[in-house]
Amino acid sequence: MLTCQQLTELVTEYLEGRMSLWRRAQFQMHLGMCKHCRAYLHQMRTTIRTLGSLPQEQMSADIKAELLKRFRSMAPPERK
Amino acid sequence: MTDRVKTVEDAAKPSAIGATMRGVPASESDLALVAQLRARVPKAFSDLIDRYHGPLVRLALVFVPSRAVAEEVVQETWVAVLDGLDRFEGRSTLKTWIFRILTNRAKTRGIRENRTIPFSAFADQDGDHEPAVENARFQASGMWGVPPRRWEDATPEKLLMIQEAMQHLEVAVAALPPNQRAVVTLRDIDGLESDEVCNVLEISETNQRVLLHRARSKLRASLEEYVERK
Repeated sequence: MLTCQQLTELVTEYLEGRMSLWRRAQFQMHLGMCKHCRAYLHQMRTTIRTLGSLPQEQMSADIKAELLKRFRSMAPPERK
Repeated sequence: MTDRVKTVEDAAKPSAIGATMRGVPASESDLALVAQLRARVPKAFSDLIDRYHGPLVRLALVFVPSRAVAEEVVQETWVAVLDGLDRFEGRSTLKTWIFRILTNRAKTRGIRENRTIPFSAFADQDGDHEPAVENARFQASGMWGVPPRRWEDATPEKLLMIQEAMQHLEVAVAALPPNQRAVVTLRDIDGLESDEVCNVLEISETNQRVLLHRARSKLRASLEEYVERK
């Protein structure tokens, strides 16, 4: 039987799908019985999804224009 | 400037472009995109910039001390991508290839900027036992003593609307040890697959998972602290 503390150390292995069938069964059995660990897993999933939504910077327009200019001026590769 | 041009050329040498890269080869759509780039379709390059510029800046920031330097390294990376494009052989995905160029350049630049990071052995150097949740929250039996609460209101959608929460998370990411920060940035913020992350950072799958676990555990704790405070 897994303890709650052990479960918190196995969460990533579980989410990554890297567990043996037996381990996975134990993990899910614990979750089924423990609402605190369900809350923990839920928090972890929320954290991951929030990280995935952090804003990403866009390139400034003038630098992009400069790179595109360079791209356009490049000769196409020679065909082999 | 001369210096910068020189380093760009260095990065574009085939040896620096990762001729030895292994892992997932380029997909059909990847190769189609490369064909468009070789045909010099501007939109293909423009889309590539839009997709990867932000993630590249985030990754560069792990290795170099300031945003200005990170932006510079990313620009150099794009130039190196253009210079190396016609030699890309599709032995890795295009994304991995681009991120590898960035990583190599950013590491070199980080060293030059005197930001020495123990990246050589990217291995986990933070001690063997760094618990996911502090021991004090468990009873001696290993069951929860101070259990986590279900975040009913704090959904990702809601958290995203709160600038303070996002800033709190950004600060927590920046405070991670560099190796953990690099892994969680690539995996969870930039959305790379685990084998892509292993390839970009040249670490084993197990190592990647341990670093990811530690990073995510700390970020959850940090977000919990924020949510509980509100």
